[in-house]
Amino acid sequence: MKIRDTVLALLIGIGLWQVLVGITGAPHFILPSPWRVAQAAFKSRVIIAENAWVTTVEVLLGLLIGTLLGVVTAVQLALSRTAERLMLPILVFTQAVPVFALAPLLTLWFGYGMGSKIVMAVLIIYFPVTSAFHDGLMRIDGGYRDLSISMGAGKWNFMRHIQIPQALPSLGTGLRLAAVYAPIGAVIGEWVGASRGLGYLMLLANGRAKIDLMFASLIVLACLTVVLHISVGFLAARLTRYAQGTGAL
Amino acid sequence: MSGSPGITVKGQHRLGARVLFNTDLHIPGGQWTCLLGRSGVGKSTILRLILGLDTGGVFHGSFDATDGDPLTGRISYMAQSDLLLPWLSVVDNICIGGRLRGEVPWIARARDLLDRVGLSGHADQKPATLSGGMRQRVALARTLFEDRPIVFLDEPFSALDAGTRADMQELAAEVLQGRTVLLVTHDPAEAVRLAHQITVLSGQETQNWPVPDTTALRDINAKETLASQARLLAHLRGIAA
Repeated sequence: MKIRDTVLALLIGIGLWQVLVGITGAPHFILPSPWRVAQAAFKSRVIIAENAWVTTVEVLLGLLIGTLLGVVTAVQLALSRTAERLMLPILVFTQAVPVFALAPLLTLWFGYGMGSKIVMAVLIIYFPVTSAFHDGLMRIDGGYRDLSISMGAGKWNFMRHIQIPQALPSLGTGLRLAAVYAPIGAVIGEWVGASRGLGYLMLLANGRAKIDLMFASLIVLACLTVVLHISVGFLAARLTRYAQGTGAL
Repeated sequence: MSGSPGITVKGQHRLGARVLFNTDLHIPGGQWTCLLGRSGVGKSTILRLILGLDTGGVFHGSFDATDGDPLTGRISYMAQSDLLLPWLSVVDNICIGGRLRGEVPWIARARDLLDRVGLSGHADQKPATLSGGMRQRVALARTLFEDRPIVFLDEPFSALDAGTRADMQELAAEVLQGRTVLLVTHDPAEAVRLAHQITVLSGQETQNWPVPDTTALRDINAKETLASQARLLAHLRGIAA
């Protein structure tokens, strides 16, 4: 994605938005114009920044903890057939429970602070990370296994020196998904009950008919997600290049 | 390497209800045995069986070292695919066995072996930068790093171009001298060139095929080598028919 193309696409988007406002003649409390939103964003920049920071911390901590848990689970599943047999059905079943429906419960258990939002983000990314990494760990060339057995390798050393490095590109795939899901988790957590964060600010602005502020918060949230997506994309590409022997970690 | 043991394999291997092969194979110690036979007859299976790898079937019988000690941990293995780990440097690939056993890898020795296979300038490169022939050399160095008296080679040169293959045969014959080598191959020329013993496997029997009187590694152009090659090829075609 070239920067020029991105800027162009952005300008076209804003242009279309402005045209839509002009054509429909919608009042500003239904569909504010881009300019109005920009003004609101500037006027409320401090409050937006404060709340964006809260959401960012929730998302990053959620990503970090969710990834760690996912990686540990995937390795454990790959090391032990018994664990795999017992755990996989449970994991799939938990995926059948819509995580969003758990949000009120999580708020009840972990309170109105950051805790419940982080847990929400962790829950939402745990499965994609675990499943992608586990697939990568199991999709190993049988030849490596044969060679390792002939060399007298232990299970854990085989995991550490061959299976894990070889599965890093798959972990990258899981992380890309996680980067998209984690902000959704955090914001839904904030909608259900919070006193800080972009999700909270959106609800607050909506309640006070400050639709321009709501739009501004929404755009900042989208920007956060895009930045996160791009950063994780870089990381994932790095993991892949390392595993292919064409780059350092 | 003196005192490399021979191996005897006697028994029947079954895949479900089907008998894959009956075998009575004697692999002499300290020499090259080349195992030939049509595809699917179980050449690689014998090798995997002795290595303790999954064969997808059941073996009824026994395989033993001629010196009476267990075979476990005394065989190193090289396959058709070089199986180099792309993220490790050449020298780290050579000593991967040490890491896999939880030992501190002996880098200096790996560098010596790399020198021996003629790649000393490439120690810190990644495998992706090497040609197919160079990668097989690294795989050979990795096999040598294991320093085991018995070496199993499963068509290790079959994917190489003719010139590189001839070079690799010479190199392998030189560096593996004195070890007990079992080479699975489809190439009669390769077998006649390298073998002290040629064994042809068919479903029901294990037959030793006469090798020329000259010593291995044999001259490719020698009359005896060429004649023996032609006879072996005719024999293999006869079995396949």
